[in-house]
Amino acid sequence: MSLLELEGVEAFYGDFQALFGVGLSLDEGECLGLVGSNGAGKSTLMRTIVGAHDGVVRGHLRFDGGELPHHEPHKAVGLGLALVPEGRKLFRSLTVEENLLLAEEAGRKGQWTLARVNELFPILKEFAKRPATRLSGGQQQMVAIGRALLSNPRLLLCDELSLGLAPIVIKDIYASLEKVRSEGTSLLVVEQDVEAARRVSDHLVCMRSGRVVLSGSSDELSAGQVTAAYFGTEAA
Amino acid sequence: MSTLADILVQGVLLGGLYTISALGLSLVFGVMRLVNLSHGDLMIAAVYLALAFSFGSPEVNAVLLILVAVAFAPIGYALQRLLLNQVLDPDPLRPLLVTFGLSIVLQNLFLLSFSADTQRLRIDALTEAVVSSGAVSFGALDALILVTAIGLAFGLQTIFFHTKLGRRLRAASDDSSTLGLMGLNWRHVFGLASAIAFVVIAIAGLLLALRSNVDPFSGPSRLLVAFEAVIIGGLGSFWGTLLGAMLIGIAQVVAGTIDPGWQSLGGHLVFLVILALRPQGLMPRVAQ
Repeated sequence: MSLLELEGVEAFYGDFQALFGVGLSLDEGECLGLVGSNGAGKSTLMRTIVGAHDGVVRGHLRFDGGELPHHEPHKAVGLGLALVPEGRKLFRSLTVEENLLLAEEAGRKGQWTLARVNELFPILKEFAKRPATRLSGGQQQMVAIGRALLSNPRLLLCDELSLGLAPIVIKDIYASLEKVRSEGTSLLVVEQDVEAARRVSDHLVCMRSGRVVLSGSSDELSAGQVTAAYFGTEAA
Repeated sequence: MSTLADILVQGVLLGGLYTISALGLSLVFGVMRLVNLSHGDLMIAAVYLALAFSFGSPEVNAVLLILVAVAFAPIGYALQRLLLNQVLDPDPLRPLLVTFGLSIVLQNLFLLSFSADTQRLRIDALTEAVVSSGAVSFGALDALILVTAIGLAFGLQTIFFHTKLGRRLRAASDDSSTLGLMGLNWRHVFGLASAIAFVVIAIAGLLLALRSNVDPFSGPSRLLVAFEAVIIGGLGSFWGTLLGAMLIGIAQVVAGTIDPGWQSLGGHLVFLVILALRPQGLMPRVAQ
C-alpha cells in the first residue's frame, strides 16, 4: 500500500481551476521529485495535500490508507505530514528557537527533538535567540526544515527549497535531506531545477498547466523526455 | 506645586481605568487585527451580568465580580469561534459591520432588559474609602484600578512573551495561515486570545461601574479612548498600551483643569500629536 496516493485531484482559486485530475503515489521511504515550470500547479498541489489550500478541492487524497481532510492542515500534521512552504514562512516576531519550539510543542512526538535539529543544523543553536527572519536565506531555510522535522512527519514535503539560494547552500541543504531520509522519513520534493530533482529522487513527476504530464523512475527517464514534458515540446 | 502633583496623580489614576479598557482591545487587535466595535458594549454587558446575578441590586461583592469576569472567558471563546472567526477577512469591512451590528444588538438588549436608567455597582468599603498623602488625596477604588491595570499589563506581557500560549498568540499575529502547518488550529488559538481578552474586558466594565454610572449606551464612548491608547502605545505591546492610556489620562486631566469642556479634547490632541510624530506607536512590539 502506498503511503500517499492522489486520485483525480482538482483544486480551484475561485472560478479558476489550478489542478486537473492529478494522480500520483509515493511509497514509504521513497523520495518523489515534482518538477514543472512556474504556474504548473506544484505549490498548489503541495498545499492541497496538507490541507492548506483555501479554495475548493475535489478528488481523493489518501495517506496511509485514510482520506486526508481538506482545509485542516493541523490535522494533516497530526497524521504525519509536514510542509516546508515556498518562501519559508517563518514567524517574524519569534526567535529561531521560538519558531522551532512552536512546532515541537504542537507536533507529533518522535525521534526529532530540538537537540537533534540543532545537531543537523548547528548554526541554529548559535543563532537561537535571533529573530528568525534576520538570518540569511539559507539559514532561514534550515529553520523552516527544522521546524517541519520537529512535528516528526512520516512524509516531509519541501516546496522549492533552492529558490533564491547560492549553489553551495543548496548542496548543504540537500545533503541534510539525505540524512533525514536515511532515518526513514519519506520525501516529496518540489523543484524547478530538473537536475537537482533527478539527483535526490527515486521517482520523478512532471506537471504542466495543472496536469501530470510525465511520471517515471528518475534513473530511467531521459533528460530529453523530462525537458519535453516540462516545456510541452516534442521529445528529442 | 501641590496642584501639579495632584493633577498628575489624578491623570495617572484616570489612565489606569483607560489602561484596563484598552488592554483587551490591544490583545484582540494585536493578535487578530480585529477592530471590535462592540468592545465598549461588552464592557457594559459585564456590568449588567453582575446586576443580573445580584438580582438588580447595585450592592455586590468581590466574589461575584470575579465570577462574572471568569464567566466572560467561555463567552469570548464561543463568540470568537462561532461568529468572529467566520468574518475575519483581509478586507476589514466585514468584521467592522458584524461588530457594529453586535454593538447595536447589545445596546438594545440592555435597554429592553434593564431600561434606560443609569446603573452602578457598589462595594461600600471600597467605593467610599479615601487615601490621603499631604496635599494629594484619591479614592481607594482609583488606587485599586491603577494597581489592577499595572498587574494586568504585566500579566499579559508575561503570557505573551514568556509562555507557550504567548508564542502561539504571537505566531498567529504574524501569520495565522501558517499556524496550521505547525499542527495548530488558528481558530482555537484566536478563541483563546478572545477568552483572555474578554476576561480583561469584563474587569474593565466592572471597575468602570464601581467608579461611575453606566447606561445601555455607555459602551461606544469607551471604545474611542481605548482605541487611541492602543494605537499610540504601539501594536502588540501591553506596556505601550499602559503608557498610551496614562498619557491620555494625564492630558485629559490637564485640559480639564484649564477648562472642564476641554477634557476630552486634551486626550484626542495628544493622540493626534503622537500619531503624527510616531505613527508606529511609542512601544511597538515589532520594529518594522
